[in-house]
Amino acid sequence: MATFFDINLFALFGQLLIGLINGSFYALLALGLAIIFGLLKIINFSQGALYMLGAFAAWIGLNYLGINYWWALVLVPLAVGAFGILLERTLIRPIANEDHLYSLLLTFGIALILQGLFTHWFGSSGLSYPMPDELMGGTRLPFMYLPNYRAWIIVFSLLVCAGTWFVIEKTRLGGYLRAGTENPRLMQAFGINVPLLVTLTYGFGVGLAGLAGVLAAPIYTVSPDMGSNILIVVFAIVVIGGMGSIGGAILTGLAMGIVEGLTKYFYPEASNTVIFLVMVLVLMVKPVGLFGKEA
Amino acid sequence: MKLMLKTAAATALITVAGLAHGSFSDDKVKIGVLTDMGGVYSDITGQGSIEAVQMAVDDFGGQVLGKPIEVISADTQLKPDIGSTIARQWIENEQVDVINGAVASSVTGAVTKVMSNAGKITLIAAPASHAFTTSACSPYNAHWSYDVVSLANGTVKPMVEGGKNKWFFITADYGFGHALESVATGVIEANGGEVVGGVRAPLGTSDFSSYILQAQSSGADVIALANTGSDMVNALKTAAEFGVTEMAEVAGLLVFTPNAQALDPAIAGGMKLTTGFYWDMDDQTREWSKRYMARMDGKIPSMAQAGAYSSTMHYLKAVEAVGTDESDAVMAKMKETPVEDFFSRNGYLRKDGRMVHDMLQVRIKNADERNNENDIFAIERVIKGEDAFLKLEDGGCAFALSQE
Repeated sequence: MATFFDINLFALFGQLLIGLINGSFYALLALGLAIIFGLLKIINFSQGALYMLGAFAAWIGLNYLGINYWWALVLVPLAVGAFGILLERTLIRPIANEDHLYSLLLTFGIALILQGLFTHWFGSSGLSYPMPDELMGGTRLPFMYLPNYRAWIIVFSLLVCAGTWFVIEKTRLGGYLRAGTENPRLMQAFGINVPLLVTLTYGFGVGLAGLAGVLAAPIYTVSPDMGSNILIVVFAIVVIGGMGSIGGAILTGLAMGIVEGLTKYFYPEASNTVIFLVMVLVLMVKPVGLFGKEA
Repeated sequence: MKLMLKTAAATALITVAGLAHGSFSDDKVKIGVLTDMGGVYSDITGQGSIEAVQMAVDDFGGQVLGKPIEVISADTQLKPDIGSTIARQWIENEQVDVINGAVASSVTGAVTKVMSNAGKITLIAAPASHAFTTSACSPYNAHWSYDVVSLANGTVKPMVEGGKNKWFFITADYGFGHALESVATGVIEANGGEVVGGVRAPLGTSDFSSYILQAQSSGADVIALANTGSDMVNALKTAAEFGVTEMAEVAGLLVFTPNAQALDPAIAGGMKLTTGFYWDMDDQTREWSKRYMARMDGKIPSMAQAGAYSSTMHYLKAVEAVGTDESDAVMAKMKETPVEDFFSRNGYLRKDGRMVHDMLQVRIKNADERNNENDIFAIERVIKGEDAFLKLEDGGCAFALSQE
């Protein structure tokens, strides 16, 4: 690797920063998956489709209902979350006690249906969502030009991730949640409404996907296949981090963004496989994932 | 699974047999449309291509020399094996005389092989690869709308001649991207420019910022996007976001009208590109496009869809002229008749199967120039077919060269 020694340091910093930006995206999506799996034991393959739904909801809100970007950041996760709750109550709940494979297949089917519907309604070419005026422009750093919107993504998604982690791991509500999934009967005996807790948790997890969709809308094409492109990568991240580990999903998301960024610099052709390579290595060395607890 | 063989509005007329002097297999002309119904290319082909072919049949009167014309269609799901299987079924069980479409170059390659072996014509309206008239040419191929060579000649050459010498490629990492890049590189170097770098991005890459940053540090005058669809749109958006468009020009090498519509004019306005057809070029194109849009919920036609109509019409006229649907006779007639319609100007089907016609260099309009959402291109100049496409003698199509 002769090029390794004469690389431009500035260019390398740029790639690291970009990796961090993409990583915070991954972290946000992986967090939703990790919550849903860790607390509810549902392998939610429709997370990518719900991310796509979030982006489309933002677009529809702007073009038909006059809802701007900032309101969309609040309203779209709620709407997507509500949709998720509907799915949980009507479709996922009846098979909750079956093998994981059933929920995997069910949610995968839901994802295909959603993607097909949006292709039918909006076509495959994608739609354009304008960047909010407040976040236009950027800052010239010594090593790269940092668009304001990308800086906003890092700050905002890290805040959301940290807040979620805090609520689940450090508060009383989070304690109920964890206990409720550990031993639902006992919790119910204490007067906690566990089914409601489960439904709300699922709603929150998919709401995070909707939020990521709104964040993505101004920088990526809003298209029906945007979710399926990213879903598999996010799943790999959850596996690397340890299925169900909340903190693990966040840290691994950020780390994999950086790994991918570096690969794009040194050997771009491998950029969409490198994460899976890491996954294979991690599974060989530590099958429960980097942050997973031994069962 | 999704294979839906749909018999689309065939003429229900009872045919008066015996009027024609020629012979028709199974007493009708059957056109199969192979397309992409739900994938990434469904907007530029898909239902629009089926509708365009049906429209040609309707305009032709629904029958040729008293024999009915039937249109059937199927979805290849962009998979070569599905495409070739359907083609084989159509030939063996459905008595299909000609296939229009096949969309992606990979699928088309598989389909044309099956068709050529059976001695049947493929009308190729959507794919980009120039292989169908060069290394993989066949006496039964008719490549219609455009190809990678005409895109490179139309877009790249004038830019190099205008002093844009240093080029950086962001290339889709599969056959089409590689072909486009290598042809464009040839044009750049032949005109005194140089390629200062490039990256090959996997198909469906969601984030291009890393590649854009590399392009930026290469010091290139032009960042060429040898990709298409949402990859192209995402790369261009990212280039604008990172302020690259102020230092270097971005050239989209394959931009279809629906992709151009998906781009914010503030980002894409001013970008030059090459196309085989634009709906709003003149009265003739507008007249046809308005009729097409009436059938397609107001969607404007892409060059692939317009080409599907034009190629079908040319085929049917040849069938009528020779009085048979026998492939060799029809193809000979197609090659000897000029192709002059709303789509093709100064066009003719060359021996190697290349339909040479005038191409358009267009510029994406800025927001203040647009009168409505379909008003997206301003035509900058017309590129003569002979200047746009690869010459027959340079293509290396063996059967065509031996006839010279």
